[in-house]
Amino acid sequence: MSMLEIENLTVEFKTGSGYFRAVDGVSLQVDKGEVLAIVGESGSGKSVSMLAVMGLLPWTAKVTADRMTFEGRDLLGLSANDRRRIIGKDIAMIFQEPMSSLNPCFTVGFQIIEALKEHLDLDKAQRKARAIELLGLVGIPSPEQRLRAFPHQLSGGMSQRVMIAMAIACSPKLLIADEPTTALDVTIQAQILELLVRLQKETGMGLVLITHSMGVVAETAERVSVQYAGQKVEEQAVKELFRDPRHPYTAALLSALPERAKGRKLPSIPGVVPGQFDRPAGCLFAPRCQLATELCHTTPPPRLDGALCHYPLKDGAPQNHPGLKERAA
Amino acid sequence: MSIVVTARDLARYYTVSRGAFSGSATLKALDGASFTIERGKTLAVVGESGCGKSTLARLITMIELPTSGSLNIGGQEIVGATPAQLKALRARVQIVFQNPYGSLNPRQKIGHALEEPLLVNTSMGAKERTEKARAMMASVGLRPEHYDRYPHMFSGGQRQRIAIARALMLDPELLVLDEPVSALDVSIQAQVLNLLADLQDRLNLAYLFISHDLSVVRHIANDVMVMYLGRAVEQGTRDQIFNNPQHPYTKALLSATPQPDPERKRERIVLTGELPSPLNPPPGCTFHPRCPWTFEPCARINPRLLVHDGSLVACHAVNPPDASTKAA
Repeated sequence: MSMLEIENLTVEFKTGSGYFRAVDGVSLQVDKGEVLAIVGESGSGKSVSMLAVMGLLPWTAKVTADRMTFEGRDLLGLSANDRRRIIGKDIAMIFQEPMSSLNPCFTVGFQIIEALKEHLDLDKAQRKARAIELLGLVGIPSPEQRLRAFPHQLSGGMSQRVMIAMAIACSPKLLIADEPTTALDVTIQAQILELLVRLQKETGMGLVLITHSMGVVAETAERVSVQYAGQKVEEQAVKELFRDPRHPYTAALLSALPERAKGRKLPSIPGVVPGQFDRPAGCLFAPRCQLATELCHTTPPPRLDGALCHYPLKDGAPQNHPGLKERAA
Repeated sequence: MSIVVTARDLARYYTVSRGAFSGSATLKALDGASFTIERGKTLAVVGESGCGKSTLARLITMIELPTSGSLNIGGQEIVGATPAQLKALRARVQIVFQNPYGSLNPRQKIGHALEEPLLVNTSMGAKERTEKARAMMASVGLRPEHYDRYPHMFSGGQRQRIAIARALMLDPELLVLDEPVSALDVSIQAQVLNLLADLQDRLNLAYLFISHDLSVVRHIANDVMVMYLGRAVEQGTRDQIFNNPQHPYTKALLSATPQPDPERKRERIVLTGELPSPLNPPPGCTFHPRCPWTFEPCARINPRLLVHDGSLVACHAVNPPDASTKAA
C-alpha cells in the first residue's frame, strides 16, 4: 500500500450558478522516497487536488473521494483535531508565493519555532537549536542572525528557503510543493530545485511537485501525472512521457514548447481550456484535439494504456483510430 | 535594412532617499547600454529581476528620459528634442506589458480601448477609427463580436492579443514587449508567439523583447543582450549567445534553465548567492562575488564590453585586463 492513496477524488465549488467541478475523478498514489510531478495549465485542478489532501479548501468546496488515505488513515473522515496532528507534521506544503505566505508581523525564527512547538516535544533551547539547524540546512548564511529577521528583510529566494525550512521542520513523510519556483528568477529557481531534490534524497520523504513547467518536470520528477480541466489525462514515468506521450494533449503540450520547435511557427493548441459553462459532453479535450472523432465529442473516454483517451497514441500515432475522414466538423 | 533604434551608453540613475539621517543614494538602474535594432528584427534583453531590463523599456518608450547617453529613434535624437517632436516619436514606439489583466481598463469596451490611441493622436473621424479598430481586431485573430465586450470576458491569451492590437493601432515601427508571454500557459504562449512572429513578418516591425525565459528568447530573437545589475555583460547574435556563451553569467543562466528533456544529463552551474543590492553594488565587476572564475583584477576593475569570438563580452577572464587597456 502506498503512503498517500487517492482514488476518484472530486472537488466541486459552490458558485452563484451551481457547482463548478474543479477536480474530476483524479486518482494517484505517492510512495516514500518518490518524486511525483503534477503538471497542467492553470485551471487544471492540480493545486486544488493537493489542497484537498491538506484539508485547506474553503467551506464552499465539496470534496468527495472513494478513498483518500495517508499511511492507511482516512483523511476525509478525520476530525479537525486529528487532522492537525498530521498536517504540518507528516504532510507539509510549500506555496508558490513565498512573500505572501510568511506572516509579515513576526520574525522568521518565531514562525519556524511555532511549527516545532506545535508538533514536537522539545524545550525552548532545543527548539531554537533546531530552527538554526533548519536554516543552515536550507542554505541560509549566518542562520543565528537570520532567526531575528522579518520577512520583508529577505529576498524572494531567501523567503522560499524559509518556507522550505518551515515545511521540513518536523521531518515530514510527504512534502507537497505547489509551484515552489514560479515566482523566482532562473538562477534562484535552480538553487531551490537543487535544494528540494537534495532534501528529498537525504530524508527519503515523498515529494509531490506541482508545476506548469515541463522543464522543471523533466529535471526533477520520476513519475508525472498530467492534468487537464480537472481530470488526470495521463500518468507515466518521466522518460517515457517525454519520449512517447500517450494522450494527444500531452503530445500537443510538448510540441508547443519553444525548445522543441523546428521552425518559426510553433505548433500551438487552438482554443482555450473549457470553463464552467462550456464543458463538452464527451472528452474534455475533444474541442481542441486534432484527432477528435464523433465518438470523442459524445462519449467520455476510457482509460487506455494509462491515458484518458479513446485513441491513445503509441509512437506518435493514434491506435484504433478510424481515420480522419470521420472527424467531426 | 533600416535602423529603427540606436542607443549609445544609455544610462538611467535614480536618486533614492535613505531616511532622515543618511544622505540620498544613487541607484544605477541602467548603467550604459548600447545597441541598434533594425526593422523586422528582434533584440531580446535577458536578465533576472533588478537587472535594468524594465528601465530600458521605459527609456525606449520615452516614458522617462535617460540620465546620460544618446538614444536615436528613427533618425531623431531624444535628448534635446522638443515636446512636439517627442509626442510624434512616442507614436512610433509602443509597448505591450507583462500582465494583460492589469493593462486593460476593466470599464472600457475592447473597441474603445483600441480606438483611444487614434482619438488622442490623430484627427481621424469616429467612423474611420471604428473601421481601423475592426481591421486590427481581425488581423490579431479576434472576432468582430468582441468589439463590444469588456476585458473580464476574455481569457489571458485573448487579452494579450487585445494589448498587442492596441499597441499596433498607431502603426509603430518598434514594439517593446515587456515579458509578453510569461503570464500565459504554454499552449496559449505558443499562440501569442506565433501571432508576434506573424505580425513581424507582415508589418516589418522591430521588436525589443524583454524576457527572463531563455527558451522563448531562443525561439524569437535575432540578437540577444544579457544584462546583470544594470549593465550588459554579453551581446551577440542568438546563435553566438546560445551555442557559444562566453560570459560566466550567460553560461550559468543557460545551464540553470530547465530543459524539457529528461534524457539529457548535463553539468549545471548553480550560482551561489543572490543578486547584490543595486544601491551598493560590489566594486569592480558587479558579478565577481557570484562568479566561479573570479581572479585578482575582478574586484578592482570593471570590465568593458569587448569583442571576443564574434560577441561582445564584459569579462576579465575572457578578455584579460592588459588586452583591454591596449584596446583603450
